[in-house]
Amino acid sequence: MLLGPSLLVSAILFSLGVVGVLLRRNAIVIFMCIELMLNAVNLTFVALSQRLGLDGQVFVFFVMTVAAAEAAVGLAIVIAVYRHRDTVNLQNINLLRG
Amino acid sequence: MTLVAFWVFAGVAIGSALLCITRRSPVASALWLVNTLFSLAAIYVLLDAHFIAAVQVLVYAGAIMVLFLFVIMLLNLGRGGATDIRGPRGMVVAAVAGAVLAGELIVLRLAAPPGQLALPPGQVAEQVAAEGAVRAVAEPLFQGYLVPFEITSVLLLAAIVGAVVLAKRRL
Amino acid sequence: MTELAGSAADRVGLAILLPFLGFLVNGAVAFLRPQAKRLVSVVGVGSVAAAFAVAVAVFLAVLGARPPAPYVHTLWTWIATGDLQVDLALQVDQLSVVMLLVVTGVSSLIHVFSIGYMRDDPGYARYFAYLNLFVAFMVVLVLGASFPVMFIGWEGVGLCSYLLIGFWFEEREKADAGLKAFLVNRIGDFGFLVAMFLIFSHTGTLEFRDVFARAPHALAGGTATAIALFLFMGCVGKSAQIPLYVWLPDAMAGPTPVSALIHAATMVTAGVYLVARCNVLFAMSPTACAVVAGVGALTALFAATIGLKQWDIKKVLAYSTVSQLGYMFVGVGVGAYAAGVFHLVTHAFFKALLFLGAGSVIHVLHRAYHHTHRHADAQDMRNMGGLAAYLPWTSRVMWVATLAIAGIPPLAGFFSKDEILGAAFARGAASPFYYLVWAFGLAAAFLTAFYMARLMLYTFHGPNRTGDLERPHLAEAPWVMTWPLVVLAGLTVLGGALNLPHVGTLHRWLEPVTEASAPYLPTLAPATGVEITLMVLAAAIGVGGIWLATRVLKPAALLTPERAPAETGFAKLLLEKYRVDELYRAVIVRPLVWLARVVLWKGVDAGVIDTAGVNGSAAVARGLGWIGSRLQTGQVGTYVVLFVVGAAAVLAALLRFGKP
Repeated sequence: MLLGPSLLVSAILFSLGVVGVLLRRNAIVIFMCIELMLNAVNLTFVALSQRLGLDGQVFVFFVMTVAAAEAAVGLAIVIAVYRHRDTVNLQNINLLRG
Repeated sequence: MTLVAFWVFAGVAIGSALLCITRRSPVASALWLVNTLFSLAAIYVLLDAHFIAAVQVLVYAGAIMVLFLFVIMLLNLGRGGATDIRGPRGMVVAAVAGAVLAGELIVLRLAAPPGQLALPPGQVAEQVAAEGAVRAVAEPLFQGYLVPFEITSVLLLAAIVGAVVLAKRRL
Repeated sequence: MTELAGSAADRVGLAILLPFLGFLVNGAVAFLRPQAKRLVSVVGVGSVAAAFAVAVAVFLAVLGARPPAPYVHTLWTWIATGDLQVDLALQVDQLSVVMLLVVTGVSSLIHVFSIGYMRDDPGYARYFAYLNLFVAFMVVLVLGASFPVMFIGWEGVGLCSYLLIGFWFEEREKADAGLKAFLVNRIGDFGFLVAMFLIFSHTGTLEFRDVFARAPHALAGGTATAIALFLFMGCVGKSAQIPLYVWLPDAMAGPTPVSALIHAATMVTAGVYLVARCNVLFAMSPTACAVVAGVGALTALFAATIGLKQWDIKKVLAYSTVSQLGYMFVGVGVGAYAAGVFHLVTHAFFKALLFLGAGSVIHVLHRAYHHTHRHADAQDMRNMGGLAAYLPWTSRVMWVATLAIAGIPPLAGFFSKDEILGAAFARGAASPFYYLVWAFGLAAAFLTAFYMARLMLYTFHGPNRTGDLERPHLAEAPWVMTWPLVVLAGLTVLGGALNLPHVGTLHRWLEPVTEASAPYLPTLAPATGVEITLMVLAAAIGVGGIWLATRVLKPAALLTPERAPAETGFAKLLLEKYRVDELYRAVIVRPLVWLARVVLWKGVDAGVIDTAGVNGSAAVARGLGWIGSRLQTGQVGTYVVLFVVGAAAVLAALLRFGKP
C-alpha cells in the first residue's frame, strides 16, 4: 500500500542527491549528497522488503555499514587533500588534468 | 492514517533534501541532511522496518553525520567563504540531468515487482509483530547472509585502518 | 595432319626458345660486361640463325606432309577456367611456316648487318638483347594457335618496338617516339581485345581452327562484320594504316636496322598476317572487306604523296612502308589472301634491303662527319648526292630494290603488286567500289616509282653535297654490312618466282588455309586479256614514274639544308605531312592531357581524394581526438556529469529494451 508512494519519494530523493552532486563544488557537501542518494536507495529496499521479504532489510543493513566505512575513509581523504592544497573546492583539485 | 503520516514525513524529507543541497553553509547543509535522515527513519517505521529505523538514527544520523560535522569544523569551513554552488551553466546542467533521471526512475517504478515473488500482503508486518523487529532481521542476517556479514566486518577494519593512515599528519 | 606429329614440327618451339635464350644471355651481358661484344655478336646472330634452321626444317616437314589442316602442337595448358580453355599451343601450317621463314631469315641477315652498324655503340649488348627478344615474340605471334597466344606475341613485339625505337633514350625526341609508337598501338590493341571477346562469346572458343570451323554457322552477318572490323582496328594500329599510321615515321628515331626489321619486314606485317589468318571472318562480311581494301588503298595513296617531298631518307622509306602496307591490305581486303601474303614476302625483301642500304649510307656519312667534327644531319638527302662513286655496291643493290618496288618486271615487286591490282580489278566486276580501289592503287604505284627514283637520284647521283672536308672519308661500308644486302638483292630478283601468274606456287601452297573463305568471295582472277592489259599498264606506270623523275628532278640544283630556301604552298603541306600530327595533338592529345592534368590530377586526385580522403580522414581523426581531449578536463565535476549522463542513458536503454 505504501510501496508506490515510497518508490516515488525514493526516486525524487535520489534525483535531488544527483542534482546536489552536480551542483556543488565543496567536496564535503558532495559527500553529503552521496549519502542522500544512498538513503534513497535504502528507502527503496525497505519499501520493497515489505512486499518481497525481509532480505531487503538485511541489505539495508549492509548498505549502511558500507556507507559508514566509505564516509570515514572519504573524509580522511578530504582532510589529507586539505592539508596539501589548502582547499576542498573540486575546481582546484585538478591534478588529473593532463 | 498511515498514509497521511507517510506523506507528512515524505514531504519533510524532500523539503529538507532540497534545502540541504541549496544552502551556502556546509554546516547548514549537514543539519538539513540530519533532518532528512530522521524523516526517513520515521518512514521506515511506517514500513514495518523498526530495527532499520533505529539503526538509521543511531548510525547514520548519529555517527556519520557527526563525523561530517566534525570534519567541517576541523577544516574551518563553517561560515564565510565564497559560495561553492556552480554558476548558471552548472545549474542548468544539474537541473536537466536531475530531471531526466527523475523521469526515468518514476517510469521505472511503475513496473510492478514480479507476481510470483510477492508475498501475501501483511505477512511481513505479522512476522515483525510476532518475532520482534530485531529477530526478524537477525535471522536472515546470521543464517543466510553470514558470509557477507563477516566480510563486512573485514571491510570495516580496513576502513578504520585506512582512515587513520590517511588522516595522520606524519606517517 | 598426323604425318607431322613426331617430325621437325614438334620442335617448332625451339624457334621461340633460342632467340629468347639469346635475349637472356645478351641481357645478362648488358648488365654485367657490356664490353663483351664478340660474345654478344655470336649469341645474338647465332640464336636467330639457329631459329632460321629450325624454320627450314619445319618447312621441309610441311612440304613433305602437305597437311590439309593445321597441326597444333600444345606446349602446356595456360588458362583453364570454366568455359574458357586456352592452351599455349603453336600452330604449324602453310601460312605460319611462310611467315616463320620470312621472319627468321630476314632477321638473321639484319642481325649480321647490325654487327657492323652498331659496332661503336656502347649499348651493343642491350641492342642485341632487345632484338633477340623481338624475334622471339614475333615468332610467337606467327606461330600462335589461338588468339590469346597470338596476342602475347602482338603485345610483345609492341614492347620491343618501344624499347628499340627509344634505344637512344637520352635524347628526348627519341624516347618520345618510342612512347608514341606504344600508345598508338595500344589504341589498336583495344580493338583486338574487343574482337576476341566477341569471338569468344559467339563461338565459345579462341583457338583458330575451332573458331574458323564454327564461324560460318555461329556468326550472323552483323557479328562477323563487327568482329572483322575490330580485328582490323588492331591491324590499323600495328600496321600503320590511316588513321593510326603516325607512329611509324617517328619510329625512324631508332637505329636503322631496327627500322628495317621491325618497321618494314616483320612487325608491321603482323596486321596483314592477322587478316590472312582470319580470312573466313573477313570474307563472310563484304562490309569488312570493303573497309579493309578502302583504308588500304587510301593509305597507299596518301602516304605516297607525303613521300614525294620528304628530305630525310629514312622518312621517305617510312612513308613508303606505310604505302606498301596499304597495298597488302588491299590484297587481303579484296579477298586475294595469297596475293597479300606474297606482297608481304617480297616487300620484306626489298624494303629491308632499302633500309639497310640507307643504313649503310647513313653509317658512312656519320663516320665522315665524325672525322671532321661537323654536326650535320647524316640522314638528310640534301647532304648526300653522287654517292654511287663512293658506295658502288650499296648503290647497285638499292637500285635493284627501287626497281622492284616500282614494279618493274621481272623483279619480285612487279608480280606481287600486279596480282593485288588484278584481284582488285576483278572484284570490281562484282562491286564497282573496287574499281576505285584499283584506281587508287594504280596512282599510288606511279607515285611510288617517282619518289623512289627521287630518293636514288638525290642520294647516289648528281654532284656530291656532303662537303669538301668530308669527301675523302666517304668509302664503301664494311663487308659485314654489305653482304646481307647482296643476299637480299638476290631474293628480290628471284622472289617473283614464288607466285608467277598461272603458276601460282604460293597461291596453291596456301590453299588449305584460304579455302574456307572461298565460298564467300567472287572470282578474283581477271580474264586473261584483261590480265595482260593490266600487267602492261602496271609496268608502264612503273617505268613512267621513274622516267618522269629523271626528267623533272634536278639533283644538281639541290642546296644543302642550311642554304635551301623554305618550302611553300602544296610542297610545304606535303613536307609537313599534311600536319596530321599537329591535328592529332590539338584535337586528341591536348584535351586528354588537359583532362588528365586538370580534371583527374588536380581535380580528383589532389582535390577529392587527397583533400576529402587522405587529409579528410586525418582531419576527422584529429577532430575526434580533440573531442576526446575536451572530455579529459581533470575536473571531477566534469566526470561526475558524464557519469550521470551515462547512467541515465543506460537506464533509458533498459526502459526501452528491457523485459518487463
